[in-house]
Amino acid sequence: MSGAEKIDVTVTEIVAVNELVTRFKFERTDGGLLPTFSGGAHTVVEMKDGAITRMNPYSLMSDPMDQSAYTISVRRDDEGRGGSLFMHNNVSVGDKMVISYPVNLFSLDLRAKKQLFIAGGIGITPFLSQIKQMERLGGAWELHYACRNAALGSYVDELLSAHPYEAHVYYDDEKQAIALEELLNGQPVGTHVYVCGPKGMINWVRATTEKLGWPREAVHYEEFLAPQPGKPFEVKLAVSNKVIQVGEDESLLEAMERSGVDAPYLCRGGACGQCETRVIDYSGNFIHRDHWLEDDEHASGEKIMPCVSRFEGKTLVLDR
Amino acid sequence: MTIQFNEETFRDDYTFKNSDWAIQRFPFPFHEDSYMYSVNMEQHRGGPEGSIYEKRFDVDEHYVAEMRDRAMVLADDPLRCQSLPHMTLAGWDLLELIMVSKSEDYPDLFELHRDGDQWRWVNKPLGIDDTFTFLDETTLPYGPMEYITRQAQGDFCVLDQRDDNLWMDAGTVTTQADWSLDFDIGMNFFEWHAPVPLAHEKGIFVRALKFLLNIQQGSPARRLNWTMTVNPLLDTSPENYHKWGIQKTTITPDNIGQKQHLRVELQTFFRLPRSNALVFPIRCYLCNFDDMMTMPKWGRRLHRVIRDLPEELATYKGFIDNRPMMLDYLAKFDDGLPTSPGIWPDKDSEPPLQA
Ligand code: HEM
Ligand code: FES
Repeated sequence: MSGAEKIDVTVTEIVAVNELVTRFKFERTDGGLLPTFSGGAHTVVEMKDGAITRMNPYSLMSDPMDQSAYTISVRRDDEGRGGSLFMHNNVSVGDKMVISYPVNLFSLDLRAKKQLFIAGGIGITPFLSQIKQMERLGGAWELHYACRNAALGSYVDELLSAHPYEAHVYYDDEKQAIALEELLNGQPVGTHVYVCGPKGMINWVRATTEKLGWPREAVHYEEFLAPQPGKPFEVKLAVSNKVIQVGEDESLLEAMERSGVDAPYLCRGGACGQCETRVIDYSGNFIHRDHWLEDDEHASGEKIMPCVSRFEGKTLVLDR
Repeated sequence: MTIQFNEETFRDDYTFKNSDWAIQRFPFPFHEDSYMYSVNMEQHRGGPEGSIYEKRFDVDEHYVAEMRDRAMVLADDPLRCQSLPHMTLAGWDLLELIMVSKSEDYPDLFELHRDGDQWRWVNKPLGIDDTFTFLDETTLPYGPMEYITRQAQGDFCVLDQRDDNLWMDAGTVTTQADWSLDFDIGMNFFEWHAPVPLAHEKGIFVRALKFLLNIQQGSPARRLNWTMTVNPLLDTSPENYHKWGIQKTTITPDNIGQKQHLRVELQTFFRLPRSNALVFPIRCYLCNFDDMMTMPKWGRRLHRVIRDLPEELATYKGFIDNRPMMLDYLAKFDDGLPTSPGIWPDKDSEPPLQA
């Protein structure tokens, strides 16, 4: 079986945080305790959407030491393929769902003298559990959190009242922006930077830290990609000896699973590398969207990450 | 089942011995008649009843004596147990993993009572009954990793995971096959594996690391490794090579069956939840040649493996000089009959040794 271990849970609370973001609380259906986890971990939530099983990763935002429940926050994506819409529209309190054991691709470097968190929008969620971990264990941290406006600033009030000295909030609509260079230059030696948010923000922080000579190991980022819809395409799976159709609203990975092929995966968001698949033959263009492969690997036409990447063209043959 | 703990030593007079039960469950490491390094990892989710695979942390008749031996090694050389400052949380993770596993798997020997952060731990074989506050180091006599690994058989490496690599940043290592924690502390996966022959060229370590980085909570893994040890010594460390290296020359055709031991390591891998570190317990099992030869399949197979092992491996594992004498002994237990696949002794189906 692919992916992390599963847990049967029941939805015990749904809270609208604002116009776009809704929070879900999960407790174990058998009444037992959930595993503890490390700040920054995510869980993969399975959604039975008609004939399709969608599995989306969401950062755990609850206290890592709290084994009674997990919480996640889901931002509605009206253009996406429907994972977040399903959570918003089809999930009710009392529903039974299946989630994965926690997996952490964005863990804290515990050697750091100080943790500097930079969040954009819904990218705040992994930091919520990391902050709880820091508070529990002690250690210096600081948060700089950019959101569109006060109405859409998820958890801003909670953060500012609980951590008036550590948390700093910036509203785009009020033309407030993080003074990144100054911020970075003012940090003590041994600080690690963590960024989670839109792609532009991640690139900005990575480029700025590089320019300022920060060690690569001291800069951490996480961006989960939701698979995007696209034109349907056909794939030949050489090992399983199957020809499958990838529909407009499903990912290549989901199409393989629907056809009964046990393909490896972990994050389903282009970040972990587990689903990497060798291309045997192709004629057409890849639409690579992952963060895993290097640029030259994308260009080589030899590999694809089926959880987020697609294909347009005549022939695609995979070693799966 | 209650375990009868042996009164025995792993030094000086070497009174270590295996009961019939221990011989039958000895993890013979060869699943075929030849051996080469490979990425031989599988899930660690139990195994046949009574086998060393059944429990998360196997406890056997040597438990009490092994813990006594560890205490002696640590008293002589405190650097056998080290934990860099950022690894304390991983130490608590390990303490929890072992306490929970042992109390669930051996309820007659170990008890864990938890009331929030107030924990009471009862270890009956070692006569321990301690109450402490979880995550508060001042309430334990040692750091959390040292405290619990003084009560668990086998060595423990605790690896920090960062920059797509594993770092040996903590451990308790007193029963090792000729490597040193004090030397390796702070190294990464490729650095500490540098002395191993042939495996780098075969790409084994690149693939093994990729596998390890992806081990997740709730999905532990395991593999077997092996070497040879003269006399039932647990502490074959570089630090003490001057004491045990010389013993390799004491082997004679008359005493080899008793003195020469196959040393097998059950290596397991667990993701630790709060720290996201990885723990690598290395559990050592010893069995002398005479005892192993009571299983006809193992006799036939061990002869063939040792005979055909590449010279680089026999040298690295430190028995190249004694190999001819081993083969003289082992040849007597190989009648040329085929062996069944797999590591299990298959005592009921394998034919006895043909004269
Ligand atoms: C994180 C877990 C691991 C740790 C801490 C570890 C540590 C070590 C150490 C300290 C040595 C001795 C090197 C020396 O001579 O100084 C060793 C040897 C070796 N390791 Fe690992 N190792 C780990 C995982 C693995 C895995 C997954 C493989 C899989 C193939 C592997 C394969 C080997 C081999 C083949 C040797 C040579 C052993 C012999 O021939 O006796 N190791 N390891
Ligand atoms: S499943 Fe993680 S990159 Fe595809």
